[in-house]
Amino acid sequence: MNISVIAWRNIWRNKRRTLITAASIFFGVIFAAVMSSMQEGSYGKMIDNVVKFYSGYLQIQQEDYWENKTINNTFELTDSLLQEVHRIPEFTGIAPRLESFSLASSESLTKGGMVIGIDPEAENRITRPEKWIIRGRYLHPGDSGVLMGNELADYLRLDVGDTLVLLGMGYHGINAAGKYPVTGIFKYPLPQFNKQFIYMDLPLAQDLFSAPHRITSLVLMVKDHYYMPAAKKALKAFIRSSYRLMDWKEMQPELVQMIESDRTGGKIMKAILYIIIGFGILGTVIMMFSERKRELAVMVSVGMQKTLLSGILFMETLYIGVLGVAMGIGASIPINTWFYHHPIHVTGEAAKAFTDMGLEPVYAFSLMPSIYYNQAITVFALILVIAIYPMVKTMRLNIPEALRT
Amino acid sequence: MNIIEIKDLVKIYDSAEIKVTAVDHIDLTFEKGEFSAVVGPSGSGKTTFLNLLGGLDRPTAGTVIIDGTDLWSLKPRQIIDFRLHNIGFVFQSYNLLPVLTALENVEFIMHLQGRPKAERTKRAVELLQAVGLGDRLHSRPGKLSGGQQQRVAVARALASKPKFILADEPTANLDSHATENLLNIMEKLNREEQITFIFSTHDARVVKKARRVITLEDGKVLSDERR
Repeated sequence: MNISVIAWRNIWRNKRRTLITAASIFFGVIFAAVMSSMQEGSYGKMIDNVVKFYSGYLQIQQEDYWENKTINNTFELTDSLLQEVHRIPEFTGIAPRLESFSLASSESLTKGGMVIGIDPEAENRITRPEKWIIRGRYLHPGDSGVLMGNELADYLRLDVGDTLVLLGMGYHGINAAGKYPVTGIFKYPLPQFNKQFIYMDLPLAQDLFSAPHRITSLVLMVKDHYYMPAAKKALKAFIRSSYRLMDWKEMQPELVQMIESDRTGGKIMKAILYIIIGFGILGTVIMMFSERKRELAVMVSVGMQKTLLSGILFMETLYIGVLGVAMGIGASIPINTWFYHHPIHVTGEAAKAFTDMGLEPVYAFSLMPSIYYNQAITVFALILVIAIYPMVKTMRLNIPEALRT
Repeated sequence: MNIIEIKDLVKIYDSAEIKVTAVDHIDLTFEKGEFSAVVGPSGSGKTTFLNLLGGLDRPTAGTVIIDGTDLWSLKPRQIIDFRLHNIGFVFQSYNLLPVLTALENVEFIMHLQGRPKAERTKRAVELLQAVGLGDRLHSRPGKLSGGQQQRVAVARALASKPKFILADEPTANLDSHATENLLNIMEKLNREEQITFIFSTHDARVVKKARRVITLEDGKVLSDERR
């Protein structure tokens, strides 16, 4: 007769109590797993917004560009640099950019905009601007036109075929001015892109800013963030001191901080939840121990070592925990999978709050395995702590006294 | 041949309010194959005496030597192990494990002893047949009468092949028929297999069957009568 069988049968001596305790764990695990899935999914979406819509996972910049984003802090894109970067297998996309602020005007209206010179094909492999074109067409290499965000276009009352005038400062203080036909209008899910961005072919931008062959950044993409450390390490090996290598976390410290603080808030909530559940389990364990004191004393009397008896009591607690966790994970997987494929789209004021922060107004969900095994680990840790009670009580069990109860 | 030697055994319960001498300087010996009853009024120290003899409670003074081993010189883990291999217990309230069948309850002790499955099942079946429960092997205690449960408890006590069996008021919760039945079984086992039984009891029917009656009063041996 295996002690694990005895422990299993023991927990079913009071079916209702076992099920209620397991149910408390079940609901806790579901809540924690769904909440974690939504948190991690939303963080992933935020990172995606930043990485896949704009910055990429890594950028090579001129060493002073990050602190002082002027057209003067650019660097020449050499073939040797490109060759070195292409040798790193982790990169799935490499796109040069030349970015600078400029005044964008129509007949009587002017607004500040971010002019981004891009390699249309390379950029489309990374941030996929073509996907967001709502009118007109995407750029071709050698194109003389521009793409602009719909909100900027609306403000300037421009549409496809109209002419956009750009006026800014070029390399080393040279005037940068030009007239460009609007080839296409895009609408990203991120409003600040739509209010500011103007895309044009890279040589055209270099011509506008009088910065031939120069770029502000080389945007680099990896398959996902797991590949980033290896790619970064490989890049660091050959990158010169006049370049600066930045990853998305360094380029978006506010986002990292926001995710971390939100994650901490979630952890506190889950900790409170699990503490409440823990007290529920402890209550059950105390009851299970006190109503069976005599039986436990008999087991020791007939020759069972107290350590073995503690093992049975531990297994009983563990079984209840495993039951609750298994049911909780079993139920949360389909919920999270459903929401993963059907994310919650936020509307109204809440949506505005999202877009004001530059985020897509969507509650996305994640299916990361850690969401589930973290709950299992937490409940197991909780059980380890709770199991101390019956184990200590068993070791201190006064046999003659317990036999009299 | 003595299997138990008790020398100057004392147990004092010393609480903050009161000091009670439950066992007061007892010297006794038990031989193999005895069928003895320890009798006396409530509070005379019968249960405490049996607890000291069975290694369940630590004496204040004195020694209990079982088959040459000074029981109370052993460490707590060794005492439990000693009980497992040398002492069988039958309790007033049967105290079977409710989640195990009759067969499993008897087998359980042998499992703790580390005996092979085939051996323990064979012996458990034999013992349950010997106590007249061959047809209730797979019944859990809740499905058995009080008398049947106590017979399973006797089979369990015998399973470990102990040197002696301590039975604390084994018939207290049984009706006369079940008592008669149980006593006959124990008497038969004692007679045929030389198993030593030591009872504590109030029950005149048990006393009548006993071949030695030790009377306790206020923790002292008042009389020790052999028949």
